[in-house]
Amino acid sequence: MKWDEFFVTGEPMIYGAMASIVLASLAIVVGLTYFKKWGYLWREWLTTVDHKKIGIMYIIAALLMLFRGGMDGLLMRAQLAVPENGLLDAQHYNEIFTTHGLIMILFMAMPFVIGLMNVVVPLQIGARDVAFPRLNAVSFWLFFAGAMLLNISFVIGGSPDAGWTAYFPLASIELSPTVGNNYYSIALQIAGIGTLLTSVNFLVTILKMRAPGMKLMRMPMFTWSVLITNVIILFAFPVLTVSLALMMFDRMFGAQFFTMANGGMDMLWANLFWVWGHPEVYIVILPAFGIYSEIISTFSRKNLYGYKSMVYSMVVISLLSFLVWAHHFYTMGHGVTVNGFFSISTMAIAVPTGVKIFNWLFTLRKGKIEFTTPMLYSLAFIPIFTIGGVTGVMLAMASADYQYHNTMFLVAHFHYVLIPGTVFAVLAGFYYWFPKMFGFRLNDRQGKRAFWLIAVSFNVTFLPLFFLGLKGMTRRTYTYSAETGFGPLNMIASIGAIGLALGFVYLVYNIYWSFRYAKRDTTNDPWDARTLEWSIPSPVPEYNFALIPKVNGLDPFWESKKTGQPLTEGEYEEIHMPNNSGQPFILGMIFMAFGFCMVFSWWVPSIIFGIGIVIMLAVRSFERDHGRHISVKEIRETEQRLRGEQS
Amino acid sequence: MKRKGLLLAGFSALLVLLTGCNSLAVLNPKGPVAKTQSEVIIFSMIVMALILLVVYVLYVVIISKYRASKAAPDYEPPHEEGNWLLEMIWIVIPIIIVTVLSVVTVRSTSAVEKVPAGYEDQKPLVIYASSSDWKWHFSYPEEGIETVNYVNIPVNRPVEFRLYSFSAITSFWVPQLGGQKYAMSDMVNTLNLVAEHQGSFVGKNSNFSGKGFSQMEFEVLAMSDKEYAEWIKDVKNTASELTEEEFNTLLETNFVGRKTYTSTHLDFRPAPEGENAGHDHGGSTDSESNSDSEMDHSEMDHSNMDMDHSTDNTTNGN
Repeated sequence: MKWDEFFVTGEPMIYGAMASIVLASLAIVVGLTYFKKWGYLWREWLTTVDHKKIGIMYIIAALLMLFRGGMDGLLMRAQLAVPENGLLDAQHYNEIFTTHGLIMILFMAMPFVIGLMNVVVPLQIGARDVAFPRLNAVSFWLFFAGAMLLNISFVIGGSPDAGWTAYFPLASIELSPTVGNNYYSIALQIAGIGTLLTSVNFLVTILKMRAPGMKLMRMPMFTWSVLITNVIILFAFPVLTVSLALMMFDRMFGAQFFTMANGGMDMLWANLFWVWGHPEVYIVILPAFGIYSEIISTFSRKNLYGYKSMVYSMVVISLLSFLVWAHHFYTMGHGVTVNGFFSISTMAIAVPTGVKIFNWLFTLRKGKIEFTTPMLYSLAFIPIFTIGGVTGVMLAMASADYQYHNTMFLVAHFHYVLIPGTVFAVLAGFYYWFPKMFGFRLNDRQGKRAFWLIAVSFNVTFLPLFFLGLKGMTRRTYTYSAETGFGPLNMIASIGAIGLALGFVYLVYNIYWSFRYAKRDTTNDPWDARTLEWSIPSPVPEYNFALIPKVNGLDPFWESKKTGQPLTEGEYEEIHMPNNSGQPFILGMIFMAFGFCMVFSWWVPSIIFGIGIVIMLAVRSFERDHGRHISVKEIRETEQRLRGEQS
Repeated sequence: MKRKGLLLAGFSALLVLLTGCNSLAVLNPKGPVAKTQSEVIIFSMIVMALILLVVYVLYVVIISKYRASKAAPDYEPPHEEGNWLLEMIWIVIPIIIVTVLSVVTVRSTSAVEKVPAGYEDQKPLVIYASSSDWKWHFSYPEEGIETVNYVNIPVNRPVEFRLYSFSAITSFWVPQLGGQKYAMSDMVNTLNLVAEHQGSFVGKNSNFSGKGFSQMEFEVLAMSDKEYAEWIKDVKNTASELTEEEFNTLLETNFVGRKTYTSTHLDFRPAPEGENAGHDHGGSTDSESNSDSEMDHSEMDHSNMDMDHSTDNTTNGN
């Protein structure tokens, strides 16, 4: 292999990316050395098994990926702003929209959701930790390895360029001969294993580690949404695992599952992909519903309206999410009966979703609504997401979908669902739970400004796309002629995208400013909230709950505040905690090296690293690590220090 | 501020929609299929606008009425478990709406899959539309001609497009005549269209198929029967034959512009249907086209077709 095949060459922008990657890495290394932070980084973060820290690492990674994917989006909008634009060539554009989709869904939305779930769920259910702390760290480092693999693809070997759906035969070795789609199959596989492990971990955590008295129907809505989400992951991700493996066999070992000749079936890939891919949409949207439920309830100072129907509607959505995958290819030609079935099952999802919307509205009714930053995101979600929802119903109608399919109308629809649905939710959750993670609030005034910029720009960016779709503009088009008349609306959308970018930059400034200047004076419970996580000090001590609370109903902390009944009783006892371990990090790095060699079909090093993985697993299985105990004295001192400050 | 902005956006969107139908290709149909689809779309838009209206009115009223700044300082919101009747209302009404939409969907889907109503008695003009990187080949087996990147059709006559691909999956879409369908390498898809107005319509591939995807457009020219007959005559007199060699060169060239030939590639490279199909999807349209394809096959037996392909296909029945 020649160097110019290994590195992507001939593109000034890619040279720029290379330079910035090298410079950023150098800056990190030099900075860590200069400030003597290597030991701190290793002890406190790289080897941690604390679910809160792992959650924070997920969130940091997700924010970074938000900007990486956002840059892709900006470049796409820049390219489409005017007709016949020559900013990007077709190949570069194809790589950009492919990685934009992959990164935003799999390396931004999912890790952000998983990050919040890591921080919050054990606290909400009154648990000291997750069920398998070290496995949790393994999950994170596998996600991280996958994310890094996909990111370096841009400069090393070329990124995947067949769309985030990677439809065959386009993604096959014949039609996409570069290593780009090898990265796709390997990076997603590694990250996907991590996600699957997370799902098992949290299912066990939620089912087995709830505080005494917290029955399933007393769980906070966010925990409920996470439980259902993890059930979906458990059923959906194995499909991804298998399809990616088949893809890998096709591309690297000459198998013919999805090829054009020799009995391969291209649409089999599409079916497998969407059998995973459609539930995936609900994997990122259901936790968002949970987050909104918590926030809307807290800031209208009311319990959640229709708790039971909220739970049942999520269960129904999760079941239906597995029955609708073929609506992604009504146009494949499978006739009226099949299309009819999938149309109806798809539209049926609108019913439980509508139930949730009305329940939120009625939670707000007769409330005492406070417009904090997290609440603004939650309130903006309702009208914007409803547009996404109703256009979803329109798309579900097969005969009409023949006209919308693969157009900008579809692009507008899913951005109208995913941005208010997931992005607003994780931002709202981030602002809401930030004090629990760091012990102070983000500046509210700046947060609101960023919110308005984001919410307004979002509509300016994506509303025009509905009309572009009806005008006949297809998605993934990299250029168009002036006669098409697509120019003006595209220009508006591109201007909106700049606003959106500024909004996110301002949001990061908000975080930076607050870290430097915000007052560290918050109580445990800055929002006067309702659930258990607010009953313990912020930032939360390693062991979460010094004493495990007793739960008698919904919103136990709220009840305790109102009635004056303490949540806990008894004396401190020694707490057993797991030890930190470098193994998850090392395992993740070996996986990354293994994946990288696999991408380039370097078999010998691949096998060596593969053996390395097996050795790591073997080492772990023979290891005797019984963790350690935190003494009563230490607990008492910590609690006094953390609780003393706030009174 | 936020609410007004949204209402304004919604209102102006509606305005653009109502005044700008002519510039929205999908809502400016020139044939019965696209017309059915545009009616379904407009119907669904009205229903959806009503739903949005209900949600927005509730939202605006609630948000403005129950803000903390308006509430008395000692106001303590009530504890509400929910309300059986109310929840039933917002379950049952959406179910009714979805049921209505389902009926509309199934009926219209069935309508656009068939030869459009009123044209059933005419024999459809069969045109094979196949895609390769990155162009469209149109074969007219009845007329014995083939064009590349443009297709002429007579008005008021049903046209049966048979779609397949020599490469990546593409989607054949003429927005003003009707919705799209996939062209795939291992089966033939059928799309029935009728043009009821003369004129030139944009057709395109709408499924991403690689580098040249954005350039995969073609012109559909709908003309009177007389003009069509003249065009056919003209082609037969002036164009040259499509040899296998020429066709292979075409397949290998990325962009070729417009071409016209006096024979079709179906003779030496039959479409993946009938015994050439990669697998059988069991679609109802297959049986209708059997007679035609049988005829094609008898001609094809003598041609030197791609042997690899045929043997593979026989071993992989499905």
